[in-house]
Amino acid sequence: MLSRSQQWLQRFAWFSAAATLCLIGIGGVVTSKGVGMAVPDWPTTYGYNMFLFPVSQWVGGIFYEHTHRLVASFVGLLTTILAAWLFFADNRKWMRLLGVIAFFLVVFQGVLGGLRVTAMKDEIGIFHGTLAQLFFCLICAITFFSSNWWRNVSFRSDEEAIKSAMPWFIVTTSIILLQLIIGASMRHQHSGLAVPDFPLAYGKWWPDLDPASLERYNQMRLDVRDYGNVTAPQIILHMTHRFIAVIILALTAFCFWKSRGLELPLMVRRLVTSWALLILTQATLGIATVLSKKAADIATAHVVIGALSLAWGVLIVIALKRVIWRDVPVELQRQDQLLNERGGQAFAA
Amino acid sequence: MNLKRSLGIMAALAATVQLASAADIIGKVTLKGTPPPEKELPLDPNCGKLHTTKPKTRFYVTGENNGLADVFVYIKDGLTGKTFEVPTEAALLDQKNCEYLPYVMGLQTNQKLLVRNSDPLLHNVHPTPTVAGNKEKNLAQMPKSKDLEFTFPSPEIFVRYKCDVHPWMFAYVGVLEHPFYAVSDKDGNFKIANVPPGDYTVEAYHRKGGKVTQQVKVENATKTADFTVEVAESK
Repeated sequence: MLSRSQQWLQRFAWFSAAATLCLIGIGGVVTSKGVGMAVPDWPTTYGYNMFLFPVSQWVGGIFYEHTHRLVASFVGLLTTILAAWLFFADNRKWMRLLGVIAFFLVVFQGVLGGLRVTAMKDEIGIFHGTLAQLFFCLICAITFFSSNWWRNVSFRSDEEAIKSAMPWFIVTTSIILLQLIIGASMRHQHSGLAVPDFPLAYGKWWPDLDPASLERYNQMRLDVRDYGNVTAPQIILHMTHRFIAVIILALTAFCFWKSRGLELPLMVRRLVTSWALLILTQATLGIATVLSKKAADIATAHVVIGALSLAWGVLIVIALKRVIWRDVPVELQRQDQLLNERGGQAFAA
Repeated sequence: MNLKRSLGIMAALAATVQLASAADIIGKVTLKGTPPPEKELPLDPNCGKLHTTKPKTRFYVTGENNGLADVFVYIKDGLTGKTFEVPTEAALLDQKNCEYLPYVMGLQTNQKLLVRNSDPLLHNVHPTPTVAGNKEKNLAQMPKSKDLEFTFPSPEIFVRYKCDVHPWMFAYVGVLEHPFYAVSDKDGNFKIANVPPGDYTVEAYHRKGGKVTQQVKVENATKTADFTVEVAESK
């Protein structure tokens, strides 16, 4: 069992993970509504100290972008506390290191967000969007490592069977990450939907990409948000996103089927089942995003579920690794055993 | 001093002679086909207060006899090798009632473009050029504050202006190296003034209807060139 202090640490980690997911959601709203540049300066907001910007001025796109900045600051504060807490209260060296990495990542992520605004570079936005997903995975992993399950799991299974299944989970999770990078690229090019129909693309299985066709596609785009012109590479990226989505669906189904033949703790089983449901939901939201002409709420939900899908994949891989304990590095085993022997007394307040 | 004065007089004379022999290109742009209905702009409450009726998108604005507004008509070809003075008068783009006015306009390279905020609320002014040499900027503009100044050194059709605070606000600026352009009015009429004699390719460019070109020979009298733009979906 976790000590009282460890329980509070884990609750705090949970809270930090939830706040990070909210932040990703708000970031998703900002890009979905196309208001990322509504506040042209950084770190100030229209010349004000960010925290003193008058509420009366939180109008239009400023509301979303400014809220994103404030929530990001809050997540930065939470991460700093979490890193310090781990540093002083967790005797596992690698956990302390994870806390330090999280701290530097959140600072870097904040600076990236600011540079996206001041340098006006979409490439920075893509990196910012991708790093957000990875940061969320890290906070989820820290939360998981702080849990009673991680510290005290005693379940033993057919290691060989799990080892043979593990690559499938790793590959699927890696492809989800690739898919999220492509998704971030699509969102941060601010061109709206590169392909407006589904399941076909401009009425064909593979759209024409010659200049005349592209000109016609752009003329037919009549969105209130009047996005910039769509280009051939953007259409190819969109089609790749669809193609990879099918691959992820198939791989997740295979992983789910594979997990049915494994002896796994109930918690891991639940993770795998909910993962499969998340991927199904995500595919549905992807289709809905196209059919709704990229409605901001649906597109944002697509971002949030995408982040959860990646984090779930990472947690499953970590959990499988934990079940086949002997694969965990000796140093790590030793530290965890030491922790269990002490019963957490060393970390009591 | 005398030489300078003589050169000045000669240049003025040459300009006068050129103007005297220049002519206008006039015409009308007509829309063929039925455009899709315009959509209501998703105004926020503050901008909503500035309107009595809900404004709509301006993709296809038509007037009398299907005359099509907001078409950028310009000399595309036929002026190679000629240089033109940059107008000293600045062009003006206004932000009024949370809309950019005009929606489509023209400008010469390196000519000043002033962007005004006539609204009682703030905007951010965000030109998003894509041609090398023209710089993207994003500037805050408080209510009734000083006009912002922009110039574009490279030709580009169109430089898009947007406001991210109010993501339905757009304007499109055609930037050319010469002054021979016009934007069609609410009934589709246009006039390109003082065009020197010559053979030209004139293009009518509507953002959603596309481009139509025709050859125009300008002599000493006003030349008429009408264009027909088709609704994209009917093609």
